[in-house]
Amino acid sequence: MNCELAQTTIHGYFDGELDAVRSAEFERHLEHCTQCQSVLEGIESLHMQLQQSDLYEHASPQLREKVRKQLAQATGAERVAARHSWKRFLVPTFGALAAAAAVIAIMLFVVPSRTQSPLTAELIDAHVRSLQPGHLMDVESTDQHTVKPWFDGKLDFIPPVSDYAAQGFPLVGGRLDVVDGHDVAALVYARRKHFINVFVWPNREKESIADSSGSRQGYNWVAWQSRDMQFCLVSDAALSDLRELRDLIHP
Amino acid sequence: MLDPQDRIRFEQLVLPHLDSAANLARWMLRNRADSDDVVQEATLRAYRFFERFHGGDARAWLLQIVRNTCYTWLQKNRPSELMTEFDEEVHQRPAANPETLATQADDRQRLMLALESLSPRFREVLVLRELEGCSYKEIGEITGIPIGTVMSTLSRARERLRQTLTGAAGAAAKEAS
Repeated sequence: MNCELAQTTIHGYFDGELDAVRSAEFERHLEHCTQCQSVLEGIESLHMQLQQSDLYEHASPQLREKVRKQLAQATGAERVAARHSWKRFLVPTFGALAAAAAVIAIMLFVVPSRTQSPLTAELIDAHVRSLQPGHLMDVESTDQHTVKPWFDGKLDFIPPVSDYAAQGFPLVGGRLDVVDGHDVAALVYARRKHFINVFVWPNREKESIADSSGSRQGYNWVAWQSRDMQFCLVSDAALSDLRELRDLIHP
Repeated sequence: MLDPQDRIRFEQLVLPHLDSAANLARWMLRNRADSDDVVQEATLRAYRFFERFHGGDARAWLLQIVRNTCYTWLQKNRPSELMTEFDEEVHQRPAANPETLATQADDRQRLMLALESLSPRFREVLVLRELEGCSYKEIGEITGIPIGTVMSTLSRARERLRQTLTGAAGAAAKEAS
């Protein structure tokens, strides 16, 4: 006998994931299905073993400490706080000082030189190159249905192309670029009077770029990776604009 | 942009789930040193993306980032562990060797080795359900497995673990006789 319910439904029942009706139905079935009874016993016994074996691995105090330190560094607050006590922060007359400290904190956060990989530098160079006359676009169109097929056959992957004109980022075109010896797709969006290059390439182990952002030579960049693609936005537009576009591309 | 206020909020909402993060990463990578590095990286990523967290289940949100960071790490450092995925039904990992398991006198050790011998896809759903107590919805959110498939994945994972353990028990009995 091979009971179908013993394959999956029984797990939903055991885990309390079936709705009341299905659960009651299954219980009626369980009364006379010996296979389900024995499978259920097996699941229960496995569950007990796992519960009793103390397998849960808690975060060690060292890890907690490391994580806290790292967060403090990322905020830059530790450095600021070391110089100015928190109390002084809260006194209104020190508002200007607090504002200055906040600016320092922001700068410490967005300009962490250690997060800048050579790849980021290459992408910024590619952005600068693209701004030279006649270099920005190979295909000039505000129509995503023109830009996307243009890449077809020119690359071994298809970059996601959407127009975000309604949100203030009109698509203006695309081109092929070469970064670190590999073909990448570059989509060009406009933001007020600025151009934003969106570099897209498939995940390759060697060129992995961590989720990061920063500034260099007056250009801002925001990089992230999706499941199989890497993205890097480069522009002289504000970092907050780049983040906005990132969130549009990957909500 | 994250300011000290955000940091406090992050510490209140996300950091309480550091145990969950450590547990998932430890089981995904099967050793503490690597998983601590990954948890650090993942919490930093979570912090940088904190502005994109719009309330809801902070544990699932953090675990999703931890899980993705684990896979990125595995892809980079132990790609072979991910490559054998598709034949997980037939593939037997070295640690699942019944003789190896049978020599473990300690139940906990035996269970640990059996769990570690499963593919990462099976291991993650088991750890999330059995150790972390996540609902199917949360498991779906964390792993990206469609919610309709969580139950069947869990079912296959439990079956696999049971087989591995029974195989070991069989081998132990044979040795004893």
